[in-house]
Amino acid sequence: MNPDTQIEIRNLTMAYGDYVVMRDIQAEVKPHSVFVIMGGSGCGKSTLLRHLIGMIRPAKGEILYEGQSFWSMDDDRRQQRLRRFGVLFQGGALWSSMTLLENVSLPLGEYTDLSAADIREVARLKLALVGLKGFEDFYPSEISGGMCKRAGLARAMALDPEILFFDEPSAGLDPISSRNLDDLILELRDSLGATIVVVTHELASIFAIADDSIFLDPETRTMQARGNPRELLHSDNPKVRTFLSRGNPSGIPASH
Amino acid sequence: MSGSWNASARFPEFHPLTEALASEPPPPGVLLEASGLSRWDSRFVAAVARIQDLCRRRRVPVDDSALPEGVRRLLRLATAVPEASDVRRVGGAKPFLARLGAGTVRAWEESLNLFTFLGEVLIALGRLFQGKAQFRLPDLLLVIQQTGPGALGIVALINFLVGLILAFVGATTLSQFGATIFVADTVAIGTVREMGAIMTAVILCGRTGAAFAAQLGTMKVNEEIAALRTFGISPVEFLVLPRIIALVLTMPLLVVFADLISILGGLLVSSSVMDVSPTVYIDRTIQAIRLKSFLLGVFKGGIFGFLVAYTGCLRGIQCGSNAAAVGEATTRAVVAGITSIIVFDGVFAVLCNALKI
Repeated sequence: MNPDTQIEIRNLTMAYGDYVVMRDIQAEVKPHSVFVIMGGSGCGKSTLLRHLIGMIRPAKGEILYEGQSFWSMDDDRRQQRLRRFGVLFQGGALWSSMTLLENVSLPLGEYTDLSAADIREVARLKLALVGLKGFEDFYPSEISGGMCKRAGLARAMALDPEILFFDEPSAGLDPISSRNLDDLILELRDSLGATIVVVTHELASIFAIADDSIFLDPETRTMQARGNPRELLHSDNPKVRTFLSRGNPSGIPASH
Repeated sequence: MSGSWNASARFPEFHPLTEALASEPPPPGVLLEASGLSRWDSRFVAAVARIQDLCRRRRVPVDDSALPEGVRRLLRLATAVPEASDVRRVGGAKPFLARLGAGTVRAWEESLNLFTFLGEVLIALGRLFQGKAQFRLPDLLLVIQQTGPGALGIVALINFLVGLILAFVGATTLSQFGATIFVADTVAIGTVREMGAIMTAVILCGRTGAAFAAQLGTMKVNEEIAALRTFGISPVEFLVLPRIIALVLTMPLLVVFADLISILGGLLVSSSVMDVSPTVYIDRTIQAIRLKSFLLGVFKGGIFGFLVAYTGCLRGIQCGSNAAAVGEATTRAVVAGITSIIVFDGVFAVLCNALKI
C-alpha cells in the first residue's frame, strides 16, 4: 500500500439487493486533499458516500482507511474510526429538537471528557467558525436552509475529524452562499489539515475546490475517469468532457 | 380545424377522421389545416399529437405545415425524444400464487424485523443497566412530561364518559332485580380490571404512539437518524429507549388516574339517576375492588405502555425516506398498537382465568 493514501476504494461494487448501482470503482484519496465524486443526477454518488461513511456494506470489494479494511475491523475499532469522520448531509440533518449549540455539543458530550462549560465554549467556537455566532440558541426550524447547512458543518467538525464528507454541499444554495461554502471547505483543508470528500455535480464548485476526482457514469454503471478535473477537461473520454464543459464536447467550459 | 380551441371550448369529434384512418386501404395522406383557428392551448396540441400518432401507426404521411408555428414547435419538442419503451410499468394483476408468495415473504420479513428490533431494544436496556447506554435523562423527563401530564385532560374526559356508560349499562340490567346498588361493583370491577387500562392505552396509542412514529419517521427523512449513526450514537439507545421507558413509567400512573375518574363518572350517574347515596356507592366500590384486580389493571397499563411505545418507535425507525412513508408509518403504528393492546388483553383474560386472579 502507498503510505500516502488515506482512503482506498478497491474494486468496489455497490448494489441494492440484486440491483447493481456501480461496479469496479477504484480510487485513492490522499491526505489533506479535496476529493470530488462527480457525475450526473442519480448515478450513485450519494450511495458511494454512504459506503465511505460505513452506512452501507459493499456488495463486493473493500474500502480501506490507512490500509485497514473498514468492514474487517471489529465493532469497537469501527466505531472509533467512525468518530474520526465528520459528515455534512444534504439538508444539514440537524437534530430538530435541539438548539444549534446542543447539536454541536452532543457529540462532544458523548465522546470527550470536557466539562459542560468547556463543551459550550468549543461548540460556540465551531459555530463562530461557520459564521453563526449569535445563533446558538436557535432551533433548526428557525434559521434558513443555508444556515442549517453551515450549522451541520459546525456539528460535523465538532470532534475535529480527520476526514470530512460533504453530500451535495451547494444543493439549494444561492451562488454566493455556495461560493462561500467552497471557500470554507478549502479553508478547512488548509487550517485543520483535514481530508475532504465532496459529492457534487456543481461545476463551479468542482473546478474551485477539487484536487482530485472520480467521474461516475450511470449508463455504463462504472467510473469513467479519475484525476484533477482541470486535466479531465482535456480527457479522451467524450462523456467526461461533455459533463465538465456543460454539454459542450469540444472541451471549453462555459465559465473558467 | 377552426374556431377557438382552448380548455373551456367544446371539443369537436374526430370520428370521421379516425374511421377514415382505420379503413382499408388507408387514405394516401392527411393535411392538417387551421386557417380558421383563432385561439389554441395544450388541448389543441394534444389533439394534433393524437392524430399524428394514429397516422404514424397507419403509415399515413401528415402534412402539418399549415398549422401555426408555435404548435409545430411544440409537436417537434414532444417527439424529439422517442418514447422510452422499456420503462413502462408492467401493469395488470399478478397471478394469485405470485401474490400469495410475495405476501408470505413480506410477512416473514416483517416478523423478523419485529423481533430484531425487540432484540435491539433489549440489548439497549441491558446497556442502560450497565450504565453504558447513550441515554440522556433530560430526554426521558421531556417525554414523560409530554406523555403523562400532557395526556391527563383527554384521559380524564374519556374515562369519565366510560364510567358513565358502564354505570348506565349496569343499571339497565341490575334495576330489573332491584339491585341498583351493585352498579358500583360493575363500574369498579369493569374499570379497574379492564376498561381503565384499555381505554388509556388506546388514547395513548393514538396520541403518543402516532407521535413517536411521526417524529422518528421525520427524523429518518431528514437524515437525522443517519447523522446520529455517523457519530456512533445508537438511535435505539438515544431515541427509542427514553420513549419506551417513559411510557412504561407513565402508563400505570395514568391507569390509576383513569380508574379514579371512571369511578367518579359511575358515582355521578348512580347518585343523580338511581338515588344511590355517594357514601354507599363509595363503600360498595371499596368492597368490590380487590387489590389483585387493581394491581392487574396497573400491571397491564405498564405492558400496554411498552406495546404502544414499541410499535410507534418500530414503525418510525423503519420508515421509508419520503413524506408518504411517514404517513404510512404513523397509520401502521396506530393500527399495530391498538391491535396488540387488544390481543394482549385477550391473553391476559385467559391467563387470569386460568390462574384465578
